[in-house]
Amino acid sequence: MSKTVKLKKGFDIKLVGKAEKQLENFSPAKTFAVKPTDFIGMQRPKVSVNEGDTVKAGTPILFDKALDKVLYVAPVSGEVVEVKRGEKRKLLEIKILADKEISYEEFQKYTESSLQSLAKEEAIKQMTQGGVWPQLIQRPFGVVANPEDSPKAIFISGFDTHPLAADTGFALQGEEKYFQAGVTVLSKLTSGKIHLNLNAEGEVPSVFSNVKGVEINKFSGPHPAGNVGIQIHHIDPINKGEIAWTISPFGVVQIGKLFVEGRYDATKVIAITGSEAKKAVYTKTMIGACVDTLVQGNLKQEHVRVVSGNVLTGEKINRDGYLGYYSNEITILPEGDYYEFLGWMKPTTEKLSYHRALGLLSFINPNKEYVLDTNVRGEERAFVQTGVFESVTPMDILPVYLLKAIMAEDYDEMEELGIYEIIEEDLALCEFVDVSKHPVQEIVRKGIDLIQYS
Amino acid sequence: MKFLRDLLDKQKPLFQKGGKLEQFYYAFEAGETFLFSPNHTNGIKGAQVKDAIDLKRMMITVVVAMIPCLLFGIYNTGHQHFLAVGQTAGLWEDFGPKLLLGLELVLPIVIVAYAAGGLVEAAFAVIRKHPINEGFLVTGMLIPLVVPATLPLWQVALATIFAVVIAKEVFGGTGMNILNVAMTARAFLYFAYPMQISGDQVWTYLGDKAPVDGFSGATALAVAYNAGLEGETVTAALSSHNSEVQQGLFSFWNLFVGWVPGSIGETSTLMALVGAAILIGTGVASWKIIVSGFAGAFLMGLVMNLLAVNEYMSMAPEYHWVVGGLAFGVVFMATDPVSAAQTETGKWIYGLMIGILTVIIRVTNPAYPEGIMLAVLFMNVFAPLIDHYVVKANKKRRLQRATV
Repeated sequence: MSKTVKLKKGFDIKLVGKAEKQLENFSPAKTFAVKPTDFIGMQRPKVSVNEGDTVKAGTPILFDKALDKVLYVAPVSGEVVEVKRGEKRKLLEIKILADKEISYEEFQKYTESSLQSLAKEEAIKQMTQGGVWPQLIQRPFGVVANPEDSPKAIFISGFDTHPLAADTGFALQGEEKYFQAGVTVLSKLTSGKIHLNLNAEGEVPSVFSNVKGVEINKFSGPHPAGNVGIQIHHIDPINKGEIAWTISPFGVVQIGKLFVEGRYDATKVIAITGSEAKKAVYTKTMIGACVDTLVQGNLKQEHVRVVSGNVLTGEKINRDGYLGYYSNEITILPEGDYYEFLGWMKPTTEKLSYHRALGLLSFINPNKEYVLDTNVRGEERAFVQTGVFESVTPMDILPVYLLKAIMAEDYDEMEELGIYEIIEEDLALCEFVDVSKHPVQEIVRKGIDLIQYS
Repeated sequence: MKFLRDLLDKQKPLFQKGGKLEQFYYAFEAGETFLFSPNHTNGIKGAQVKDAIDLKRMMITVVVAMIPCLLFGIYNTGHQHFLAVGQTAGLWEDFGPKLLLGLELVLPIVIVAYAAGGLVEAAFAVIRKHPINEGFLVTGMLIPLVVPATLPLWQVALATIFAVVIAKEVFGGTGMNILNVAMTARAFLYFAYPMQISGDQVWTYLGDKAPVDGFSGATALAVAYNAGLEGETVTAALSSHNSEVQQGLFSFWNLFVGWVPGSIGETSTLMALVGAAILIGTGVASWKIIVSGFAGAFLMGLVMNLLAVNEYMSMAPEYHWVVGGLAFGVVFMATDPVSAAQTETGKWIYGLMIGILTVIIRVTNPAYPEGIMLAVLFMNVFAPLIDHYVVKANKKRRLQRATV
C-alpha cells in the first residue's frame, strides 16, 4: 500500500545561494580521487593498484578486506599518481590523473527484456565488480550493504530537503531509461518492495513519472522529510534483526547505466551552491572530481569554506579537494573564525535561529534567506533540554534519551530507544539547533559503532 | 572594541595549558566569552553552520522575563512599608521614596545572591575544571525574588551557597542537578531559619517605625487558612482584612496585580504572567508546564470545593491563582529545563501535579501556608520517574512493532 505522510516536525534552513536551474560548463577536472573515508563502515581498506599504474574507468582500485566481494573502482581512466596516507598509514585518497579521452572497462550489456530475466547472482556479480554496489547503503548502521544479505525492502528517496539541496528532478533529467533499468536490477535483490518516496508537493519529476516496479509513497513537510531514514520510519520501520537497503536516485541511474551500456559511468550533475559562490548553478562532473575548477574564479571573496555535500551533513574539503562519493553538491560558505563583541546578547535579524530567544529575530521573517558562516555561535555546555530536539525530529524517537544512552554506552538502552532506525543525517538538525553545541552526529556514529562492532 | 580583544589575546597564553595561571582557565574563559563570542568554527564533518542560539542567550532571556517581577517587587516593598506605617494610602503617592526604599532593601539581596553564588560557581569551575555555567545568571536572580525583603543578608548568602553546592555542584554542576537550585535555597531558609521567612512579621519592612493600629502583616494565604479554621467565608475574611491599613487590600484584583505583602517577586500574578508571556513567546520555557500547572491548581481547587468541610476548602478555585506564589513558582521554578520532566508527555503530568500538590498542601496542611515550594521540589524528585514511564512507553511501542 502506498502511503501519503504529512510531517509537521522539522525545520527548513533557508540559505542564500540556491543553484539556478541551468547547466554551466566549467573546465573539466584534471585529477580525481577515491576516498575510503567516504564509505562509512569500511574497516580495512586495501589498495589494489600501485602509483604509476594506468587504470580505466571501472578498474577496481580498492576494496574492504572485511567485505572483499565489493570492489571500488576508478571513476576515470588515467594514471594512479598518488596513494595518500595519513597518520598510522591510514589510507586517505587514491588520486588519478585523468586521460583526455576516457576509456572504459567493458561489462556485460543487457537489453530491456534480458534484464527482466536477470538472475540475482548475476546482478550481484556485475554490481559488485562494476563499482556501483557501494551506492547501496544498509540500514541499520548506514554502511555499505553486504551482498550476502537479503533486505526486507529497498528505499529510495526521490527528493532532498537539505538546505540548498540539488534538485533531484533537474539533475536526473533525461535519465528515465537508466532509472527504470536500475529499478529492474534492484528488484532482483529483494523479495520485498522497492519504495520510491516522492515529495507530495510539486510536480513529479520526469525521471520518476513512468517508472514501473516501485511503490510510490508521498511525503510532505519541512526538512528532514526528504531523509530516507525518516521515510522508512513511517513506511516500514526497522526493528532489531531486520535489514533494509537504501539508495539514492543517482545510484539507481548509475546501476542502470552499468547494465544497459556496460560501463561504470561516474558522470553526475551536481549543484554548486552557497552564498559565496559567484555562479550558483548546476554542472556536469564526475564522482571524485577535483573541485578546483569549479571553485577557482567562482568566489565572491577569499575567506571561504568549501563543503562537499550540504551544510548539515557535508564535509569540509580543501579548495583543491575532491567531491565525495555520495555528494551531489558542493556548498561554499564564509568561514566564521572571528570574535564577536557581546555576540551572545546582540539583537539580530541577520542570524538564523530555530529558537526565538531574546534578540534572535529571524522568526519574524520566516521566508528570508540567510547567509550563515561556519562559526559555532557559542560554547559547548552541558545538555540543557528544552524539547527542541523532539520538535525537529519527525520520528517516534526520543533523541535526548537516545543520545544520553550512547554517551553512557548503555547498549540495551540504545537498542530499545531506536538506534537501529537512525543514522547521522536523521539527527543533523538537532546538531544545528542545539543550545549546548554538542557534536550530535558524531555521537550518533559512536553509538552505531558500539552496537555494530560489539 | 579592538583594544579589549587585544588585551584578552595578550592575557590568554597565561591561562592556557602551560601558562602560569592555567588553573584559572575557566574563570578567564567565562570573562572572555562574556565579552566576545568565540571564534570557533564547526568541525570538518557534520553541521557546517549552527543556530545562533547559545546557553548564555537562553539564560539571559529568562533573566529578562523576571525583570517585571523584580521591578514590581522593588516598588511593592516600598509601598507595603509606607502602607503599614500609615504614611500614604494611594498607590502612586510618595513614588520616589517608595522606590528608593525598595531599591535600598532589594538590591543588596540581589547583589549578595549573585556574589555568593558566583564565587562558589567560580571556585568549583576552577577546582573541577568545568566551564562556568550561565545557569547561575538565572538562579542568582530567582533567589532574591522568593525571599522576603526583610531577610538578613548573611542568610541570603548562606542559602545561596548551600543551594549551589548541595543542590547543584555535588551532582556535577548545571545540567546534572535534580532539584531546582533556587527552590532549594528557599527550602533551606524555611527549615533552618523559619523565624525569618514565615509567620506574619517578616513580609513587610517596618524599619524603626511603628505600624498603624490594627496592622497585621499576614499574607493572604494565612488569612485564608485562618478563615477556614474560624468558619468565616474566605472572601469575607480577605476583604475585611487589614481594612485599617487599606480598604480591599486582599481583593481579588489587588491580589492579582500584587500590591500585597509577600516575598519580593512572588506577589504579582500579573507580572508572573508577563514573564510567562516572554518565556512562552521566546520558546525558552515549556508552555505545557505553565498551562498544566495553573490547570492543576484550578482543578484541585474545584475538587476541594466538592469535598468542602471548611470555608478554606470552599474558596473559589481562581483565588488559588492569585494568592501566594503559585504563579511565580509555576512560571519560573517549575519550568527550569534541568529539573523538570524532560519528555513532552511528562511535562503535562509534571505541571499538573505541581498545581494539584500546591493546593493540597495549602489547604490541608497546617504547618505550611504555602505549597508551591514543596510541590516543585517534590515533583523535581519525581520528574525522572515520570520520564521513566514515558520513555518506557516509547520503548514498548517499538518492541510491539517488532513482534507484529
